[in-house]
Amino acid sequence: MSLELKYPTSTPREFTLSVLTEDKSGLLNQLTIIFTKRKININSLNVSNTEVKGVSRFTIVTETSKDMIDNIVKQIRKLIDVLGAFVYEEHQIFYQEIALYKVPKYAIVDGNSIEDLVSKSGARILVVETDYMIIEKTGNSRETHDLYQKLEPFGLLEFIRSGRVAISKSTRKTEAYIKELEASNSNKLSIKDF
Amino acid sequence: MNTSTLAVEKKITKKTTRIKGSDAVLQCLIAEGVTTIFGYPGGAIMPIYDALYHYQDKLNHILTRHEQGAVHAAQGMARVTGKAGVCFATSGPGATNLITGIADAQIDSTPLVCITGQVPSHLLGTDAFQETDVMGISMPVTKWNYQVTRAEEIPYAIARAFYIANTGRPGPVLIDITKDAQFAEFDFTYDKCEKIRSYHPYPEALPLDLEAAANLINEAKKPYILVGQGVQLSGAENELIRFAEKTGIPMAATLMGLSGIPTSHPLYVGYLGMHGNYGPNIKTNECDVLIAIGMRFDDRVTGDLDRYAKQAKVIHIEIDPSEIDKNVKTTVAINSDAKQALLGLLPLVNVSTHKDWIDEFHQCDKIEHDKVIDAELYPDSGEIKMAEVINRISEVTNGDAIVVTDVGQHQMVANRYYKFRKSLSCITSGGLGTMGFALPAAMGAKVGQPERTVITVIGDGGFQMTIQELGTIRQSDLAVKILILNNNFLGMVRQWQQLFFEKRYSFTELDNPDFQMITRGYGIKAQKVEKRENLDQAIHDWLHSEGPALLEVVVEQEGNVFPMVPSGASVAEIRLD
Repeated sequence: MSLELKYPTSTPREFTLSVLTEDKSGLLNQLTIIFTKRKININSLNVSNTEVKGVSRFTIVTETSKDMIDNIVKQIRKLIDVLGAFVYEEHQIFYQEIALYKVPKYAIVDGNSIEDLVSKSGARILVVETDYMIIEKTGNSRETHDLYQKLEPFGLLEFIRSGRVAISKSTRKTEAYIKELEASNSNKLSIKDF
Repeated sequence: MNTSTLAVEKKITKKTTRIKGSDAVLQCLIAEGVTTIFGYPGGAIMPIYDALYHYQDKLNHILTRHEQGAVHAAQGMARVTGKAGVCFATSGPGATNLITGIADAQIDSTPLVCITGQVPSHLLGTDAFQETDVMGISMPVTKWNYQVTRAEEIPYAIARAFYIANTGRPGPVLIDITKDAQFAEFDFTYDKCEKIRSYHPYPEALPLDLEAAANLINEAKKPYILVGQGVQLSGAENELIRFAEKTGIPMAATLMGLSGIPTSHPLYVGYLGMHGNYGPNIKTNECDVLIAIGMRFDDRVTGDLDRYAKQAKVIHIEIDPSEIDKNVKTTVAINSDAKQALLGLLPLVNVSTHKDWIDEFHQCDKIEHDKVIDAELYPDSGEIKMAEVINRISEVTNGDAIVVTDVGQHQMVANRYYKFRKSLSCITSGGLGTMGFALPAAMGAKVGQPERTVITVIGDGGFQMTIQELGTIRQSDLAVKILILNNNFLGMVRQWQQLFFEKRYSFTELDNPDFQMITRGYGIKAQKVEKRENLDQAIHDWLHSEGPALLEVVVEQEGNVFPMVPSGASVAEIRLD
């Protein structure tokens, strides 16, 4: 509630969407259409299997207003093969991203300081090749960006960061949620005289 | 034995027959109760057309002159029957020609099942002859689409297609079938789709929401009902009348909601939106409780949203949760179909009348009559006005016709002045505003309701967008009554140019062909009226002639449709001249 007061509904901020879908082709396209038709960028996207067979989870990070994200989520839920769509703000999830940094070998002339930097940043050296080494860091985008800035002076050759994977703080079980959907009777029109 | 074991047994004992994919498509359609298909053959759908040759006693295929004609005809049929319309097209250009109609059906919630042929599956993605990514193209404008590459998938895809198109908020579905899947043989059996675990088309109205809404309604001094197409889509016409009569609340309709309530109903106060009636628009900004039923607050209805019904508490009855709070923030939302919500509200609302409030609408109506309507309907001299033609037709048909309108000035005029008496009778392209919609949609309407008079009102611009469908009307002998209101202009654009672009008539004047000669060339009766004194007789002859007939009325060249809420203005700023 305090968040609602802090930010007006029209101010852009970051949201993480978690979308449970049937494992069907074309869904990625259907999801992105909802963003592109409003000219909203997707900052990161991750697709993975879930613990329930045949069910995939899309994790989408975007920056937009509260009004817009509410609207987007409702339109995502409308897609026939979408089982559920949930919108989270940072405090409602645990999330991580993986970043890989390729650093030239000659940078290791100053070997001590780079190893020091890697261990202090909670990163690790993944491989050391003849000409370069690859450093891996798992964390949020601030942390991976922080290391990026620190490695830049060493002549960073390549940098890549994965999409966000996020897990909500709720205790809902995916399988139970899907069972609930299956049991729902809203597939039929029940005209009742209340 | 419980029912689930029964179901299993039924499935086991159910016989399968070995047939081709193409035959399976047609058998699925028959199983879904389809009687008519509108379509156009071509290479990638030839196996289905070959099969169709043997099903002519069971399935009536109407060959249109363009795929756009086929999809609009299917829309017309769906709109008058409430059941999914069906059309066929081939791959590539055939499929892309359907897109306008599919987009139209999507925005106007019309159930359609469109079946397109596709290149053989081994050629997918190779830029084969007449290959186009119809899945990708149609995705943003369909409720669901599916590509079949194996014959075995056909029953599953078609069963889902009909279920999805017809249930919940209806919409168009496209099934793309590769040519090899049409040729292949498989063991066919058909089960209708009754449930999809990820799709919940009928949310149930929550008792708490119903009570909250009823409380607002019972305390309201100036309540006001806005009727959308949802009333007709859910078959809630009678429930709406019962609800309005019990509560004494005045009702106005959106363009898509027209004909859901008889125009003559004492609580019906008129038509909403940019060219709607005066009172219904300005009173939106004076009511205290706004009850929106099965409508989506389109910008043509609301004008400037920041100045729309800000004083009112808003109750929104809507089946599609993504429409709730999309444009107008609600005080109470009832997320269910209109009929269920109204049945739920009926016992909770008090008997009431709102005579003084309704009188305010009547006073506005008088102002509109004095400033606009009387001069439009009963001019003593000058060129023929669109409105007087519609008014005469409304009187002669006693409001019983299905009126299919195209897009533009004539559309606004026809829907302002035709006095509908029956539901599912106002067929128009509302959300998309597709010129060229009316002629083919009228064909579908006539096929869907052969006993009713189907009148299509078209401008001289829109007529030429799908004029080739006169060939279909002749060949299939569809007794559509075609009215062309000819002002030799793209009238609505010209009106905007006059009012907002200092009369710079940039490319809106039309040098038209002889519509009489063209129509007769297609073997259809045609007559033309230029003088007021000949109008009545011409309308009589036109309506009483056998089979299809065209009446062209030459109308005032630079007539304007008023009232008008200028684009971006508030509904309270509606102009009478």
